[in-house]
Amino acid sequence: MAKTIIDKLWDKHIVHREEGKPDLLYIDLHLVHEVTSPQAFSGLKMKNRKVRRPDRTFATVDHNVPTVNRFNITDPVAQNQMETLRNNCKEFGITLADINSPEQGIVHVIGPELGLTQPGMTIVCGDSHTSTHGAFGSLAFGIGTSEVEHTLATQTLWQSKPKSLKVQIDGKLGKGVLAKDVILYVLSKYGVNFGTGYIIEYCGDVIENMTMEERMTVCNMSIEGGARAGLVAPDDTTIEYLRGRKYVPAGQEFEELAEQWKALASDEGATYDKEIYIQASEIAPMVSWGTNPSQTAPVTGRVPFLDECESENEKRSVASALKYMDFTEGQRIADIKIQKVFIGSCTNSRLEDLRLAAEIAKGRKVHPDVEAIVVPGSQNVKVLAEAEGLDKIFLDAGFEWRESGCSMCLSMNADIVPAGEHCASTSNRNFEGRQGAGARTHLVSPAMAAAAAVNGCFVDVRTMESAEAVH
Amino acid sequence: MAGFTTFRGKVAGMDRVNVDTDQIIPKQFLKRTEKTGFGQYLFYDWRFQVDGTPNPDFELNRPENTGAEILVANENFGCGSSREHAPWALLDYGIKIVIAPSFADIFHQNCLKNGMLPVVLKDEEVRYLLEKAKDEKYELTVSLEDKSVKDSEGFQAEFPLSSYWQTMLVNGWDEIELTLQLENRILAYEESLT
Repeated sequence: MAKTIIDKLWDKHIVHREEGKPDLLYIDLHLVHEVTSPQAFSGLKMKNRKVRRPDRTFATVDHNVPTVNRFNITDPVAQNQMETLRNNCKEFGITLADINSPEQGIVHVIGPELGLTQPGMTIVCGDSHTSTHGAFGSLAFGIGTSEVEHTLATQTLWQSKPKSLKVQIDGKLGKGVLAKDVILYVLSKYGVNFGTGYIIEYCGDVIENMTMEERMTVCNMSIEGGARAGLVAPDDTTIEYLRGRKYVPAGQEFEELAEQWKALASDEGATYDKEIYIQASEIAPMVSWGTNPSQTAPVTGRVPFLDECESENEKRSVASALKYMDFTEGQRIADIKIQKVFIGSCTNSRLEDLRLAAEIAKGRKVHPDVEAIVVPGSQNVKVLAEAEGLDKIFLDAGFEWRESGCSMCLSMNADIVPAGEHCASTSNRNFEGRQGAGARTHLVSPAMAAAAAVNGCFVDVRTMESAEAVH
Repeated sequence: MAGFTTFRGKVAGMDRVNVDTDQIIPKQFLKRTEKTGFGQYLFYDWRFQVDGTPNPDFELNRPENTGAEILVANENFGCGSSREHAPWALLDYGIKIVIAPSFADIFHQNCLKNGMLPVVLKDEEVRYLLEKAKDEKYELTVSLEDKSVKDSEGFQAEFPLSSYWQTMLVNGWDEIELTLQLENRILAYEESLT
């Protein structure tokens, strides 16, 4: 029977199957960070258990780290959390890309760039944006701390197989329309729970023509539609991205792996539980206006009128978002004034994202009412960006150039948006208080964020001069 | 965790859709390294005003909801971040069961792993319960044995729960312990990889 890539990945990892139980799946790679792991390690210690496969476990610090001076951690509770991870990694023999490591960075940025993330793998992490790694044709999903503990102890997880959802995007994206706009558009059209209970496979011309960085941006936000995992079949783009990376085998072994990876693609005629088809021409640069990622409109559009809502629940949700964001019904997106800009996060902090933002920032100045920060996703990204002078472009334009970490995506460190201010952010969540109590987040692409920084409001990046260079 | 077969408790209603885990437990409270002590921060930004005093309009601050142990919520409860601090905060506050028309997948799992029951009921049943929850004395009895929710006035509804989780919750079993009993299967799988 024709199988989807989801079926293939699932079947390949079943350790134990028994009537009336979920499947016991083997986990190939477990990524760990400081926030969701301490209680899991404590649990192990209480029961005198070991980490079964430290060699399949890799840790870093990202959520809490300061981005100005990374060695000056002023928050003692954050310091303790990082210290706890350090001690746990030492005790259990786990490799840690610590604060002083050239490999430190956001867990979903460093996994792929080090080649830890590989096609065909099952990958978990105590973080919902683990779906990012699905871009490589791996089955990657976020887990809670109990499952972190279970994975540490057994290298397996009990999972009921989700349904399959095909999201096919055909055609060619217009200039200035980026991967972030694609996933924001999908969310705006299908809502925040269209993917609940599903694993998404993204396919179609648009996905095939995307770079790995772009595919990661799309897969990253699968969870914003409710899907724990979203993936793309491995192809030549995947293979060329991985060739020569630190943890990927070299030589003949790589060529053999590459063949196996390509064979993971869904078979001709494989069927899905649900299918969605989208045309690239429908998609414009997007801006979120509300308090969940589906509350998003094209930059040329406006926030809704309450009368347009299709249900009572939606109406209340929109009313509550308008109140929190201090918007009036029907207000134009182009009229929203911006005070903060954040370019970073596991969604959009890779070298390519920074290039796209720099293209817009180049030769321009950050608007006097705006504070803008650029936070590279990892130390590796930072070094590469500096090697090509991107830091200089940002600094000349009046952006701050920071150290790597999760930063203002969830503001667990000192990078906080003050109450009432509007932030154009390349991150993934615009929930109430996400970037600080009372902060108002607008999710956008890196190019749109840079455009907002220099204009002090949202501007259609397609109308800006260097838009030709974008995409 | 201790197992249970039936639970009877006071009900509070929270008629909001897409309540995300950032609201259930905001990020500034995720830095603790224990599982306890999160209840004081539950729904922090909604529950307290800027000056730190309780927000009288917030559902759980209303006098009729004092001491509630069952929370009736609306669709897609627990969406967003995978933070297990969300069920820990609810449990620490005193909520043992959440009833909603739908839950986000990771939150749903995280509840079960902590012996907290996410009960999925139909829209109209949840609507009814949200109305009834306005009564200070309203209580529900939730049974794991027949997977039902009942009140003393004749309301009765059944909810889906896999036999696996039914058994786990009734017995309060440690999932890791069960898995470790399959050690030979895990070893065999690992050997097949090489």
